[in-house]
Amino acid sequence: MSKPLLAIRDVTKTFGLYQALRGVSLDVFQGKVLCLIGGSGSGKTTLLRCVNQIIQPDSGGIWLEDDLLGRRHEGGKLHRLPEREIARQRLKTGMVFQRFNLFPHLTALGNVMEGPVQVQGRDKASARKDAMELLSRVGLADKAGNYPSQLSGGQQQRVAIARALAMRPKLMLFDEPTSALDPELVGEVLAVMRELARSGMTMMVVTHELGFAREVADSVAFMDSGSIVEYGPPAQILGAPTEKRTRDFLSAVII
Amino acid sequence: MTTAGPVLTSGFPDLTGVPMARRTHWGRWTAALAIILVLLALVRAFAHGQIDWPVVGQFLTVPVILTGIVNTVIMSVLAMALGILLGVIVAVMRLSPNPVLSYCAAFYVWLFRGTPVILQLLLWFNLALVFPTIGIPGVWSGRAVDIMTPFLSALLGLGINQGAYTSEVMRAGILSVDAGQHEAAQAIGMGRLRALRRIILPQAMRVVIPPLGNEFIGMIKTTSLASVIQYPEILHNAENIYYANSRVIELLIVAGFWYLLVVSILSPLQHLLEKRFARGTQVMTR
Repeated sequence: MSKPLLAIRDVTKTFGLYQALRGVSLDVFQGKVLCLIGGSGSGKTTLLRCVNQIIQPDSGGIWLEDDLLGRRHEGGKLHRLPEREIARQRLKTGMVFQRFNLFPHLTALGNVMEGPVQVQGRDKASARKDAMELLSRVGLADKAGNYPSQLSGGQQQRVAIARALAMRPKLMLFDEPTSALDPELVGEVLAVMRELARSGMTMMVVTHELGFAREVADSVAFMDSGSIVEYGPPAQILGAPTEKRTRDFLSAVII
Repeated sequence: MTTAGPVLTSGFPDLTGVPMARRTHWGRWTAALAIILVLLALVRAFAHGQIDWPVVGQFLTVPVILTGIVNTVIMSVLAMALGILLGVIVAVMRLSPNPVLSYCAAFYVWLFRGTPVILQLLLWFNLALVFPTIGIPGVWSGRAVDIMTPFLSALLGLGINQGAYTSEVMRAGILSVDAGQHEAAQAIGMGRLRALRRIILPQAMRVVIPPLGNEFIGMIKTTSLASVIQYPEILHNAENIYYANSRVIELLIVAGFWYLLVVSILSPLQHLLEKRFARGTQVMTR
């Protein structure tokens, strides 16, 4: 069996008295799409934020390619990596947030160019050319000069996807990318994500869009109270779940 | 063909085209009239009071007064610049996860906000009493009396004091930026300082400019305290003139006129700055 792009092993995370993750292990292989589903508080967003190192797990390990994230294993001990190293590791992942988090003082083009120019130090002309290509890929070439406040929620989220792609990540992380959108705007964002999956991008998607999961995901993990309850291909998890908790969740979600 | 609207009950009059009546604001008219009367009485009182208005006109543009107001503006701008520089650094230190930096910043704010600025000015000016010579050991040194001129004492006293206040304004501005912006900046590989410079501070500026404008206007008037350490700002120069000719009120009016003029020029400048930093946010309001 080949090595996974992302390997998560026995990750735990506690916030105060609340145990958000209770020993989660997963593999995500190159070019595959994993959808994380589950109720609120099930730990799926926490898991995603651990992969992007917005939070550091209490125990366990996450490997992206051959890098142990956020830690150095040396002399029988784990050492916290300096911030510069963590920032470098983050370049391999692209993150798309539920509430878009576009930079409001920059135009759509400025948002997409910010990382390549400021962080990767690329020259402006070529970064601009790439950014324009990404904006047309998400169908927003004509909105390049607009500020986020002049864009609809769906358009903002597509710019956010382009911004994440601009760093040429190995793995794209989506944290409920359509949950803050008006219903009629969900489709345009899912269409971009579908195209991205078809192009061979490795993706980890926290979502409530079960239709998207069924169609695009290679595997689905159902999480509840900080653990993966059931894992498998979408047809099995969404069509014929064996665990009672999965069945209860699905029957509550699908009216 | 009829449109499929809702079925309506009859009996409500048609209000289309009925004009709105003009309201007469009796309260406003009465208040305005009363205020005008009071103003007229005040003007009359000052016109007949013991003020020699020709003297005011005569001293309004004499070189000493003009130099004074120029010195006031120079000191305000430099001290405010120092204050903002220190304010940003101290605010960032205060919000740092490093407890040593954070406590140092808190101590600075406590010390310089906790004592009157006039006391700090006097301390800087009289530094020679504590340290007769100052400098960097082995590199350079000099007599404190020569170094701590009124100008440098005023700049350090006002600027360092202002830094303590400005750091709190800056801290409020930084805290006003959504946590998602830090996360998004981190997600594209930015470190803490770069995120601060490129993403957080530009957004904080929008919140920070109105209070900073306020602080700057305060600074213009606070420079008058530097008159106690012989810095030749406008009030100091006006005082020197009236010590000689005893036209106290006339010269105070001259100084007051210049302060008001400078402050009046600043408001439109602040408005321009606010517009500059509101990029991307005010689009929807027009």
